[in-house]
Amino acid sequence: MTMSPPLFEYLLRLGDDRLVLGHRLSEWCGHGPILEEDIATANLALDLLGQATLFLRLAGQVEGAGRDEDALAYWRDETGFRNLQLVELPRGDFGFTTMRQFLFDAWSYHLLEALSRSEHAELAAIAAKAQKENRYHLRHSSEWVLRLGDGTGESRARMQAALDELWPWTGEFWYQDAVDASLRAEGIAPDQEALRVPWEAMANDVITRATLTVPGGPMRMTGGRAGRHTEHLGHLLAEMQIVARSHPGGKW
Amino acid sequence: MVEKRQRSTLNGQRDLPREAEARALALLDRVKDPEVPVLSVVELGIVRDVEVDDAGAGITVTVTPTYSGCPAMRVIEEEIVAALEAGGFRAVAVKVVYAPAWTTDWIPESAREKLRAYGIAPPGDVTAEQLVPLGPVVRRVACPFCGSNDTGTTSEFGATACKSLHVCRACRQPFEHFKAF
Repeated sequence: MTMSPPLFEYLLRLGDDRLVLGHRLSEWCGHGPILEEDIATANLALDLLGQATLFLRLAGQVEGAGRDEDALAYWRDETGFRNLQLVELPRGDFGFTTMRQFLFDAWSYHLLEALSRSEHAELAAIAAKAQKENRYHLRHSSEWVLRLGDGTGESRARMQAALDELWPWTGEFWYQDAVDASLRAEGIAPDQEALRVPWEAMANDVITRATLTVPGGPMRMTGGRAGRHTEHLGHLLAEMQIVARSHPGGKW
Repeated sequence: MVEKRQRSTLNGQRDLPREAEARALALLDRVKDPEVPVLSVVELGIVRDVEVDDAGAGITVTVTPTYSGCPAMRVIEEEIVAALEAGGFRAVAVKVVYAPAWTTDWIPESAREKLRAYGIAPPGDVTAEQLVPLGPVVRRVACPFCGSNDTGTTSEFGATACKSLHVCRACRQPFEHFKAF
């Protein structure tokens, strides 16, 4: 795999999850089902982009090779990205976007809570700040899962279909490797596996109240943290990076 | 605004750096937030500290962003530098910090009153909102126009990251609320 320092790798994971998911959310701008949700989705995207900026800026500082957050966002190729495969999947319908957001927000809630107690002061500060934003995201996404799940026959069917498709991708939340082990030993990052029980409790609570059913079945293969992605990430990056790469160093 | 540490003055000499800091703060209190132009960056708690070095040659303003992705932040930094330079300061540096995380609890009562008069319902107590209730929440935000508590939430997200949308059932007025954060 990689020879980069563990903290740099870990910060890329945190930053890339939010950068890629934020980009997916931004695709809704001007296409939301109602005006309020169009605005809300753009707000969520903005928060995630802001969080990605902070994590990637810190990653660049840790790396010490002169790369800032823009260099990391726009000048890495697909295999250099460390995000979960879950966040790069196409946005689907509003039900799919909402269900993914809820699953991610609930996971992020437990992760950021743990990271806000990190021994790395700056990482802890960014996590604590991001968590304040994430609380609003989680409240919003859980409310919509309930409304659409326990809604009409059509909305319920779409939410169940979204959950069935998304659930196997959540296995990657618990992926850990030498990067995590090294940071865990230093008290910088939590044991990802320890977040599983509280996340499942939160997810099951909302899903059940939304009259939906958690699907069984196996989890997907993982790979995002090692730079192996679905065919969707390359297309996303092409769109996200085209302006920066067409006009290197451009200012306006 | 963080409390300035007290420094003793020798033989009753005037403490020039401290006087310069007070003057800088007064200048910064005239820099309005571009998205909430009724409040200054000092009232909002974005400005955390102002420090003039002992030689009086340079000034450092410490700021913290409201939300991580606040698009106004760069403009605010530029306006801070411009305001201080216009006031005669040289070598103005802006330092950004993230801890402690910005909170609406730093907005003083006088500024909350300005928000209300401007038509934005001021934020409530943050600690009361720490829990994440999963699912619909009924929150009573008092209407800034008629004061009624009979209001409903239209959306948790508004025209800027820091505001949500509400409507008053009593006076039928839609209004914005500065979210407790």
